[in-house]
Amino acid sequence: MNNPALPTNALILNRIQETEDIFTLQLRLTDPRQHWRLEIQPGQFNMLYRFGVGEIPISFKAISQDEAGEPVLEHTIRSVGRVSRALADLKPGSHIGLRGPFGQGWPLRRAEHQDLCVVTGGLGCAPAVSIIEHAFANRDRYGHIHIIQGVKHSADLLWRSRYEFWAQQPDTTVMMAADVAAPGWPWYSGRVTELIKRLPLKPERTLVCCCGPEPMMQASAEQLIRQQVPPDAIWLSMERNMQCASGHCGHCQFGADFICRDGPVMPYPRLRDRLGLEGI
Amino acid sequence: MLTQEQHYMPRTGMVTLLTELQQRGYEVIGPGVQDGAIVFHPLTQVDSLPQGIEQTQQPGHYRLHQTESARYFSWANGPQALKPLTFAPRETLWRSEQNADGSLRFTETLADRSLTAVIGIRGCDLAALALQEQHFAEDPYYRQRRANLLLIAVDCSHPADTCFCASTGDGPGADRGYDIALTELDDGYLVRANSEPGKAVLAALPLEAASQKHLEQADDQHRHARQQQRQLPRFDPERLIHQGQSAVWEAVADRCLSCGNCTSVCPSCFCFSEQEVPELDGQTSSHQRQWDSCFSEGHSYIHGHRFRPDTRGRYRQWLTHKFGSWVEQYGRSGCTGCGRCISWCPVGIDPLEILEQLGQEGTDE
Amino acid sequence: MARPRIAVHKFSSCDGCQLAFLNLGEALLELSEQVEILHFLEAGMNDPATPVDIAFVEGSLSTPDELERIQQVRANSRYLVTLGACATSGGLQALRNLEGRHDEWRDAIYAQPEYIQTLKEVRPIASAVKVDLELWGCPVNSDQVLAAVRALLFGVSPVDDRDRVCLECKRQQAVCVMVTQGRPCMGPVTRTGCGALCPRFGRDCYGCFGPSETAQTDTLAQRFAGLGLVPDAIARRFLMINSQAPAFLQTGRVFFHTPAGDQDD
Repeated sequence: MNNPALPTNALILNRIQETEDIFTLQLRLTDPRQHWRLEIQPGQFNMLYRFGVGEIPISFKAISQDEAGEPVLEHTIRSVGRVSRALADLKPGSHIGLRGPFGQGWPLRRAEHQDLCVVTGGLGCAPAVSIIEHAFANRDRYGHIHIIQGVKHSADLLWRSRYEFWAQQPDTTVMMAADVAAPGWPWYSGRVTELIKRLPLKPERTLVCCCGPEPMMQASAEQLIRQQVPPDAIWLSMERNMQCASGHCGHCQFGADFICRDGPVMPYPRLRDRLGLEGI
Repeated sequence: MLTQEQHYMPRTGMVTLLTELQQRGYEVIGPGVQDGAIVFHPLTQVDSLPQGIEQTQQPGHYRLHQTESARYFSWANGPQALKPLTFAPRETLWRSEQNADGSLRFTETLADRSLTAVIGIRGCDLAALALQEQHFAEDPYYRQRRANLLLIAVDCSHPADTCFCASTGDGPGADRGYDIALTELDDGYLVRANSEPGKAVLAALPLEAASQKHLEQADDQHRHARQQQRQLPRFDPERLIHQGQSAVWEAVADRCLSCGNCTSVCPSCFCFSEQEVPELDGQTSSHQRQWDSCFSEGHSYIHGHRFRPDTRGRYRQWLTHKFGSWVEQYGRSGCTGCGRCISWCPVGIDPLEILEQLGQEGTDE
Repeated sequence: MARPRIAVHKFSSCDGCQLAFLNLGEALLELSEQVEILHFLEAGMNDPATPVDIAFVEGSLSTPDELERIQQVRANSRYLVTLGACATSGGLQALRNLEGRHDEWRDAIYAQPEYIQTLKEVRPIASAVKVDLELWGCPVNSDQVLAAVRALLFGVSPVDDRDRVCLECKRQQAVCVMVTQGRPCMGPVTRTGCGALCPRFGRDCYGCFGPSETAQTDTLAQRFAGLGLVPDAIARRFLMINSQAPAFLQTGRVFFHTPAGDQDD
């Protein structure tokens, strides 16, 4: 019954095109006995399955509610491969398979009563969005919220209105960096690490959630450490090939860790000596 | 060394053993000669055991020879271990079906497995089974296959030139993890049991008390088998992952085919890929898994990027994992000294030579 | 929903890959319920100019006429799949490219060479038009053909399995013919798809599915030399059914027509 390898049915309630190749699926688990899967935490992931085509790991974004108050599971997907493109073709009313939740999420308990610093690089970083949404939904549990987002090109910024909305919130800092900025980009042009230097951090009471390309995460972590943030307060969301999602198939190994089971969110000291090693 | 009570069984007792297993409802799997190798297959009569067969194993080289010996187990091993019996080369994990309204129905494919007895297992393979059990502890497909196995080991008396189980601590004798173990002697067997099912089978066999002469012969044989072994060289498992810049990887990449045979014959390697196999009618589909290898390009693939695009990176991943990260994952090395990766490498690469060089080098920094 | 329209076109080939379709038996009947087969000469359907969703192309480009015809096929098809070694890499007939003596041979072989119109070099389909999917093999494997059709019916691109024969050979529990018999097996550099058919019957793979991913052809050639193969024999392992596949051609050329090889002949 609870074979983690066995998916359950999910109905696509809605499909939102975020950018040309990024879309969000709003899902309902049609079998109420499977609603335990909604206990998913920010930073964890599900395996999404398109019938007859295959599965891919997709990070959890949010749980919202429909008009009737029923839970709606949201996943944001970038169509870059065979399965993600096949999922992109599906319309509301279609069904997919889903199994999960898998992996370790952000250390929410530990983050309580701390300042939260979310550093992200690249497009549609759902693990980061999930922790931000969670923090605002439980605003009194967290101190100051720093949000740092870096993109290659200013045009790549996804959910711009969300960032603008967050920037309006009390006790919140939002900073954006684009390596290449088009005219009219109101934020910083340059690297994320430069923005980190400007952050008014209280290093002894800050928990960092970092998500993006590995060189960017490594550079950000090292910069934060230079600013006196304890290494074990820095958490990274890792990515590797995942097929079984239960630490068995071997593809996601990062040194001794199985990213699908021991990660994807892991503390920086655990990763430090392996990040940047070619081929690991 | 051997703690269980030892009995003696004449060679003809093998027939009784086989019959007893069959009567107890076991399908019996045993060694035989097939296509020039010792291969495990269904065993219905003692005659099809590889009597008098000995072997020569060298890097990239495996040959059998017929001798006059009456022994059935005077060889070290073949390309398979227990692995195919517990971790199937290909199996369906679940099936999906489209209902009329488009929703999906998922069905588990865990089927009852028949009781299976395997005769002729080596110490190195029992050790590798224990490694796989650690890794697949939560895997229902593995567990179900494992639960139905009765393991009858035979102490290794004729290690090959590629074997080094004594230096990994996993052979040549069978010390643990078996139901019944045999020591093959010139005229019969010493027999010991290590589990209740094993003892129950023993009770039906034509056993006598083991004589001092038999015990001494077994000891001599064991000592001799240990002496034939190659040795695992000295190296630091924790350092391996930091030796990425070593010149040994370039050198081995020039010789390596990236074919993955070492990983397929390795009794502890566990990687698999998953694939979808839809029926032509488009109404049902099977989700399967199959043996994969860290030597395949798909292994490290992630949307458009390969973490290990070339042979150099793949060989390094394999060796570093097997002898380094494995220790961190499961408390010991992933190698049990069976030597299959040496013999069955089509170009005869010997990982021990590479480890020896790495053991003599510094780390990257 | 209308059934997808399919055509099977023949170019320079032995028809063996079309047989992979015909030999499907029951599955072919099932397939014909899923798709509409409009052109398939060997099965009796003749409508070469009709527009289709999927065109399967068997055979290489060997004549000026075929160069024109493939343009029409491409223009009439939404998705073009090459079917087998000839269409994908030129096939056995492309061996004549190696010598580069087209005119000389034509004049020597044919009584009236003026009636023979052939290209100086045999070419794969992809050299002339865009190919959406390449199915390798001599012949192709029927299961691979069906899997490709099934994926296209789902509206997704078929899986391009580039793993090597060795992986499948071990999954099939076949015994390695190189290690036990010293046979010069091409399995380590050849893509799977055949299910390790030859090694399962105790013979060495001869590379009919073309190069695998990361094909270490030079390394394998060295090994063949170590097994005692003379240079020309090594060349023949690589320069056979898929002689024009770059990975095979490059290594095969190194050993082709070398002095030691000539002595052997």
